[in-house]
Amino acid sequence: MSLRDFGPNELMFLLLATRWTILLALVAFAGGGLIGLVVAAIRVAPTRPLRWLAAGYIQFFMGTPILIQLFMAYYGASFLGYRPDPWVAAAVTFSLNGGAFFGEIFRGAIEAIPRGQWEAATALGFRFVRTLRLVIIPQAIRLMLPPTVGFMVQIVKTTSIASLIGLTELARAATQVNTVTFQPVMVFGTVSLIYFALCWPLSLYAGYLERRFATGMTRKVEKPLVMSAV
Amino acid sequence: MQTALQFGPILVHLDLLLRGLEKTIQLAVMSILFGTAIGVLGAVGRSFGPRFLSWPIACYVELIRNTPLLIQLYFVFFSLPLFGFKLSSNTAAIVALSIHLGAYATEILRAGIEAIPGEQIEAAKSLGLGRYRIIRHVVLVPAARAVYPSLSAQFILQIMGTSIVGAIAAEELTAVANNLVMQTFRSFEVYIIIAIIYFVLVQAASLLFAGIGKLMFRWKA
Repeated sequence: MSLRDFGPNELMFLLLATRWTILLALVAFAGGGLIGLVVAAIRVAPTRPLRWLAAGYIQFFMGTPILIQLFMAYYGASFLGYRPDPWVAAAVTFSLNGGAFFGEIFRGAIEAIPRGQWEAATALGFRFVRTLRLVIIPQAIRLMLPPTVGFMVQIVKTTSIASLIGLTELARAATQVNTVTFQPVMVFGTVSLIYFALCWPLSLYAGYLERRFATGMTRKVEKPLVMSAV
Repeated sequence: MQTALQFGPILVHLDLLLRGLEKTIQLAVMSILFGTAIGVLGAVGRSFGPRFLSWPIACYVELIRNTPLLIQLYFVFFSLPLFGFKLSSNTAAIVALSIHLGAYATEILRAGIEAIPGEQIEAAKSLGLGRYRIIRHVVLVPAARAVYPSLSAQFILQIMGTSIVGAIAAEELTAVANNLVMQTFRSFEVYIIIAIIYFVLVQAASLLFAGIGKLMFRWKA
């Protein structure tokens, strides 16, 4: 027996919850992108211990499930004496996790730039950060762009697991509506369509960028990571 | 602030952790087998099947790849009983995980199939090979070899993806962890241990897939 039918009110509730999904995805994208840039720079830096540190960071975040990372952040906060807040835990986890994946994407693009560019910059008297900022990254951007947009799809989908620490975004709103209406086909069908509407344009754009930038490369880029963690 | 990490109270439940690990491996193996089977059928159906098949397969791939696994899991778990399929949470998990992987595997294998030069197939035809043997020996095996690295990366992600099926109370490693948290109240320590277990599992699986790849595709392409 259902308490209510799936109607316009329920649809509105889901659509309103979507803004938290979008907001969380934007936070994760910005945070992950910034961390990723730093991680990628450290991964190609001349100092070896720094490179190892970044490699370890990437190993941990790519080698364990993001849900466990999320739980660690959420319950780790209470271990350190803070009241765990699902928003903070989710923002931190998704940024750190995204940072690892973006770091690898950016590194791939940076390493695809011919060695001679580094040597030319050194000959001009540029140091590491300056070379990266003025010579390498401007050229690497067109290589980074398609997988970066592709990974945004991943981020939007992954925000759904924030529901498991109690954040009321789209996935959690869906389970709540399902509990009162007991019309899972309608509820999860609708929610799937909402996620699809968010993700598909990004997927198409990533595909377009990939085709557009596929020609005229100096060196073949490593195939972008195919990711589906959640 | 609690004073120190205490792993002792959790490690006495090692048997529970190991049983959870076993369930996780079971879920991963089953869904990888079924998912890959779906992927082979999907890729072959799209490349060689009748035209009316190619559109639905493309829809399946796009729909699954652009929605979260968690929602797919909920859909399967809550909807199928309405249609008369009574599923245990573990069966529902395997169904959802297989459908999920199937879409990615279809796409990966299709990319491999499309990379096979048309001349290869022409050459096989002129040698008098039949359709089935061409698909199997001239297309599928070289395509599988070419995409094996991407495919095994996807398998690794699938192993980590199993962690969310605890959300429908399937009893894998993460669900065991959640139970242990309730028993011991040492949440942070529990998830540290679980993270280590997953990490070791993922590293072991990477080695295993690399080994299998070497065995299966011994000769160079």
